[in-house]
Amino acid sequence: MNEKDRKDGFQPRQWLVEPDFVVERDPEKCIQCQVCVRQCANDVHRYDEDDETVSSDSSPCVGCHRCASLCPTGAISIKRSELDFRPHGNWTAAALRNVYKQAETGGILLAGMGNDQGLPVYWDRLLLNASQVTNPSIDPLREPMETLTHLGRKPDRLRLLERDGGVALATRIEPQLELQVPVMFSAMSYGSISYHASMALARAASEAGTYANTGEGGLHRDIRPFGDNMIVQVASGRFGVDSEYLNSAAAVEIKIGQGAKPGIGGHLPGEKVDGAVSETRMIPEGTDALSPAPHHDIYSIEDLRQLIYSIKEATLYEKPVSVKIAAVHNVAAIASGCVRAGADIVAIDGCRGGTGAAPTMIRNNVGIPIEFALAAVDSRLREEGIRNQASVIAAGGFRCSADVVKAIALGADAVYLGTVALVAMGCHMCQKCYTGKCNWGIATQDPYLTRRLNPDMATRRLVNLLRAWKLEIKEMMGGMGINAIESLRGNREHLRGVGLTDRELRILDVKAAGE
Amino acid sequence: MISGLTTDDKEMSGCAISGIMSEVGRPFSGESIIRSIANMHDRSNGLGGGFAAYGIYPDRAEDYALHVMCDHEDGLKAAEAVIADRCVIRHTEPIPTRPMRAIRRRPILSRCFVRMREEELERNYDRTEDDLVVSLVMDVNTHVEGAFVFSSGKNMGVFKGVGYPEDIGRFFRLEEYQGYIWTAHGRFPTNTTGWWGGAHPFGLLDWAVVHNGEISSYGINRRYLANFGYHCTLRTDTEVIAYMFDLLVRVHRLPLRAACTAMAPPFWSQAERLSEDERELVRALRVVYGGALLNGPFSILVGHSGGMVALNDRIKLRPLVAARRGDMLYLASEEAAVREVCRDPERLWNVRGGTPVIGELRGQAKADATPTVLSGGGQEV
Repeated sequence: MNEKDRKDGFQPRQWLVEPDFVVERDPEKCIQCQVCVRQCANDVHRYDEDDETVSSDSSPCVGCHRCASLCPTGAISIKRSELDFRPHGNWTAAALRNVYKQAETGGILLAGMGNDQGLPVYWDRLLLNASQVTNPSIDPLREPMETLTHLGRKPDRLRLLERDGGVALATRIEPQLELQVPVMFSAMSYGSISYHASMALARAASEAGTYANTGEGGLHRDIRPFGDNMIVQVASGRFGVDSEYLNSAAAVEIKIGQGAKPGIGGHLPGEKVDGAVSETRMIPEGTDALSPAPHHDIYSIEDLRQLIYSIKEATLYEKPVSVKIAAVHNVAAIASGCVRAGADIVAIDGCRGGTGAAPTMIRNNVGIPIEFALAAVDSRLREEGIRNQASVIAAGGFRCSADVVKAIALGADAVYLGTVALVAMGCHMCQKCYTGKCNWGIATQDPYLTRRLNPDMATRRLVNLLRAWKLEIKEMMGGMGINAIESLRGNREHLRGVGLTDRELRILDVKAAGE
Repeated sequence: MISGLTTDDKEMSGCAISGIMSEVGRPFSGESIIRSIANMHDRSNGLGGGFAAYGIYPDRAEDYALHVMCDHEDGLKAAEAVIADRCVIRHTEPIPTRPMRAIRRRPILSRCFVRMREEELERNYDRTEDDLVVSLVMDVNTHVEGAFVFSSGKNMGVFKGVGYPEDIGRFFRLEEYQGYIWTAHGRFPTNTTGWWGGAHPFGLLDWAVVHNGEISSYGINRRYLANFGYHCTLRTDTEVIAYMFDLLVRVHRLPLRAACTAMAPPFWSQAERLSEDERELVRALRVVYGGALLNGPFSILVGHSGGMVALNDRIKLRPLVAARRGDMLYLASEEAAVREVCRDPERLWNVRGGTPVIGELRGQAKADATPTVLSGGGQEV
């Protein structure tokens, strides 16, 4: 709160909005060391110099657990607010609180991270197969187990020519991204996340043999050396885009939409645009970075084709061009259009996908789950005989390696990981990324906070996560009697549905358990 | 479609396979292949046996020989009507059989020798005669009640049914035929009731596949083939293998060895040790034909008029031995099946996983010469 607000008599406490959390301090354990005071960017904890005591005000607490995690004596506990409303099926506490907030501010409700409404997670209703008797399972500790994945356009067939008693390739294969493990880091911009977080993602991708996506944040000059493992994004704001940017990465992605907020643009507040962000995004310091809802040069599919080919021209046809779209109702036809427009990769972001900031109503109510979108897109591209022409990346709320294996069996070539990578770096899912006060130093530009994230440790944690998932993916593949990832991809015979309706099974093109 | 044809599950089976070929095209009777497969009796359970024979119809070598099995006379009439609509039928006869106590409840078995009508070829100017025969077979098998075309090549034939393979062989009087390639199969199905159409070999045009194993990549192989217009109606692994050979070799014109590399490629770690050209070829095949990779345990024998191919899965989860003596090539699940018909082979070896053994009619098919590292090899036994 600044001085002007104080003078104007601004009320810091919204009078109808109760705290979300209750912070309790055990006086027996607290040693007044003030770690909590220094750690909380939301000013929950205060030190009274006269009384020499530390006390807490629960109302600004976001539940990020930073203070509790670092308290040396375990004196702090954080609980959901016990101030319960009288139960009401329609008027839940969250619904009431949203109304109070809007009556207070007259503004659009904001939210961070993905949809928190408890939508069904269909991955949990799909079960994987394993071999018994007739088909031996394969032990990845003893036998090769291949997860190498190529993303990009493939020809329908190869032509081979006889030459000197051997054969020679007569078909040129378009540029491909080569992934050691079929997951990549999703678009998260420098600006929305800190320099250290961006750097850790790039370094981890490079170390693990996969790719990280810049989002619409430009490519910081320090990260350019990792360009061979980066995908650079061209979004509606075109921040940070120039020829050098396009050519410094392994692939270029045109961002049309995002699962957390399909149909709308983005907004990085000027407060987050410091010197380095300003330089990387190529915008003046302190100005808001507003990404329009549509690309103002894409009003239809033929315009997308122009942009795809402009980028291919600018990069000498040496890099695959990806198009990222949000999973919306008609996603299969849209994806088909993108492939026909020349996309080498189509990334589909489901409605549980994360974000640094989105209007709550959009995040919670727009789009469809990635499971259905992916199944529909893969089937549609196959029906049209153009599945070879583009790789499909699934995104949006992937939590574990089993989700990834199921997505690949459903038809994805690879999976984008966003939220889970932040969690690996320490995110505690308080969902307040849009405030810029991330106590874990991830989604903030405040130098006091960003230095909390050690880039070496964050890199190590990300590499560990990918390593662990790769091991688990190999175990699951081996159990199915499969030793190459291409035999899992689109192999829906290895999925069975539980608790799904006939229609859902039909759309997923998966048999029910027992069939 | 013949009744009981649509089993709802992918077929799983353990089996015996055997193949014998004269690489100079010298014909020999079916007696030896019957003895060879009979020597692996315990690898089958009496629910299916079958044979493919090449060079058996020299007098009608230019005609497609359609072998049809039917539940009832109406099925046969309906199938013949569909065939006559598109083809000139040059000859029709019942497939000769002899009464066998072990063979019961047999379908009506008939064969006709046909060529596509000129007007059909003109109307489908953008497709080959082979393409039209494939469509004809698929149409009969999916739409004609009670009828099933189980062999459709030239100068070759598939003979199969429910029973032990040696009984099926005698039932079809195969010792009376002379062919230069013979393959055989004894079936041990684990989850389907035996029915005549479900026995191996699975044939399409002059491809005939016998197969021991289970394809764990079946789900994606089937969807991959659907991109190219193949509709798997039998839900058997074997059908997928036959279509894959047809697509890769006949339609995409890949050399046989390259097609085998696409279906059972070297591991990436093995490819790294190849020369740059070979590595690039392997990479291209894997990148483009990922959907054609056959995973899971299998040993397969594929016959075609130009030869015979044997292929093991990449980590050799099913047995397969090869032997040579003079112009003869022998391939079988067990050494015993080879020794039964060739006491003293000049060379006998275990086929290496992912490495095809290719028997070629001499003076034919030079097109599949490939880099040396991808060819040959195997351990002597």
